[in-house]
Amino acid sequence: MPYVANTDENRRQMLERIGVGSFEELLKDIPEELRLKKPLNLPSALSELEVTNLMRELSEQNKSSLEYVNFLGAGSYDHFIPAVVDQIISRSEFYTAYTPYQAEASQGTLQSIYEFQSLICQLTEMELANASLYDGGSALGEACLLAHYHTEKNRILIPENLHPLYKRVLKTYVSGQGLKLVEVAHIDGQIRASAVKEKIDDQTAAVVIQNPNFFGVLEEDIEEIEKLTHSSGALLVMVCDPISLGILKTPGEYNADIVVGEGQSLGNRMSFGGPYLGYFACKREYLRRLPGRLIGVTTDNRGQRGFVMTLQTREQHIRREKATSNICTNQGLMALAATVYLSLLGKQGIKKVAELCLQKAHCTLEKIESETGFKRKFSAPFFTEFVLESPVAPKKVIKAGLKQNLLAGVDLSQFKMGLDGCLLVAVTEKRSKAEIDGLVSFFKTQSQPVSKVKSESKGEVTV
Amino acid sequence: MLVPDTLKYTKEHEWVKLESNIATIGITDYAQGELGDVVFVEMPKVGAKVTQMQPFGVIEAVKAVSELFSPVSGEVAEINSKLETEAGIINKDPYGAGWIIKVKVSNPAEANNLLTPEKYKELLNK
Repeated sequence: MPYVANTDENRRQMLERIGVGSFEELLKDIPEELRLKKPLNLPSALSELEVTNLMRELSEQNKSSLEYVNFLGAGSYDHFIPAVVDQIISRSEFYTAYTPYQAEASQGTLQSIYEFQSLICQLTEMELANASLYDGGSALGEACLLAHYHTEKNRILIPENLHPLYKRVLKTYVSGQGLKLVEVAHIDGQIRASAVKEKIDDQTAAVVIQNPNFFGVLEEDIEEIEKLTHSSGALLVMVCDPISLGILKTPGEYNADIVVGEGQSLGNRMSFGGPYLGYFACKREYLRRLPGRLIGVTTDNRGQRGFVMTLQTREQHIRREKATSNICTNQGLMALAATVYLSLLGKQGIKKVAELCLQKAHCTLEKIESETGFKRKFSAPFFTEFVLESPVAPKKVIKAGLKQNLLAGVDLSQFKMGLDGCLLVAVTEKRSKAEIDGLVSFFKTQSQPVSKVKSESKGEVTV
Repeated sequence: MLVPDTLKYTKEHEWVKLESNIATIGITDYAQGELGDVVFVEMPKVGAKVTQMQPFGVIEAVKAVSELFSPVSGEVAEINSKLETEAGIINKDPYGAGWIIKVKVSNPAEANNLLTPEKYKELLNK
């Protein structure tokens, strides 16, 4: 977008057109006592060169996964992004993060969203997917609201091992809606059907299961949980990492009602936490309650194929007070990146990425356990991420790692989930053998409790 | 435009046929014409309570959507499940096969609040 200066002449013309002599006169309806009588507390204007230098200095304070070897996960993953993705999403026809308002004039955009919906349906094996939502957390919030409106019930069972930030978003979503979130405790990292059975009742609208869960652990009781959920008249909501669906049993196969998740891992960068991409898929019977935009394919009056925004009566811009959701937008550019990524990789490619993640993560954990003082926390099977009990405070480990350009993991103490002293480590297909060996060697150096090292060194001084 | 003499009407363009304690409810010929091609009807569940002149459902046409108001109070006894797959019946036969719900009437005296065919015709001619 070009910068258009607001010149004195422009201002004079505008004032003249509306019949006002000066800018001051324009403000005369605002009572004197409400007017600010001093200049705004802002730094003085800078030249373009000064701004460029300032912004560069600020941006150089950021460190990215290009400079660091990255073992961070926890809902945001460092997967390889083929160059074609950027090439396509940078085209000016596509380069906006926003949903089109003159929808049918943007056939290419609509088609790309239609393809996105189709790809998400294939990946999840669900009947229906929308044009995307803001992120994984808000997609889960929308899923729970849908379940509440559909079942007319008020309790939502959420797993203790759900992403803690999704929990927070969900709390915000249901506050004021009269919904009650009930947490189901995990046992050794997994949600057991018996634990769900204890908490479920006939007032339960939805049972949420994350697979792989926040600890990277795979859930093994989903079949039983599905039966329990549906026999009490609730909906099964699954939260899934889309990459994992390359090799895991799909939500469609589990007979889930709604599937949501974070789509960042599909061709989008970690970008310090956003913008991200929520995906939302469900069974056809919830079509009329599906939140967000939905693109359909149709035939125009000349018999040509065309794409349209469809079923918009669900949306707030037609009947605000009856809308099933307040979302009338999608993450257009991120969804396009995901579409290009999925199209490039195809069914086999996604499977290959998922297999590599699985193998590398398992190989890493094996080495860590045999060679360092770090131990795995949960014995259950996992996908690409695992929790480690750290022999020293995770904060110290992370700090030491940064000095060696290594992002060693996420400190779980911050989430108050009873996992103080634990690190969450993710290993994607991008991590080379050398990088994995580097992490293992680093953990070796961190395996002595700090206090012990200190006392030993003290001892040396005395001798 | 058809306004059968045997029915009662609301100012929101619903019709009701009262037979003993069962009220059959639909939308009028005028309403279907104004809405255009009906594509979806959201109906209450059987057993749900409805209240006179309160919304009981939603009717959706290609470019418009409108609430359905119940002419009587009572409990939903039956819904026209054919509309779930073929909502267009409402356009073809609004007073017959295009009925929407049947309600077990809880307060027969409320019928006095409804419009006669003559009054409804007057409303349409305004």
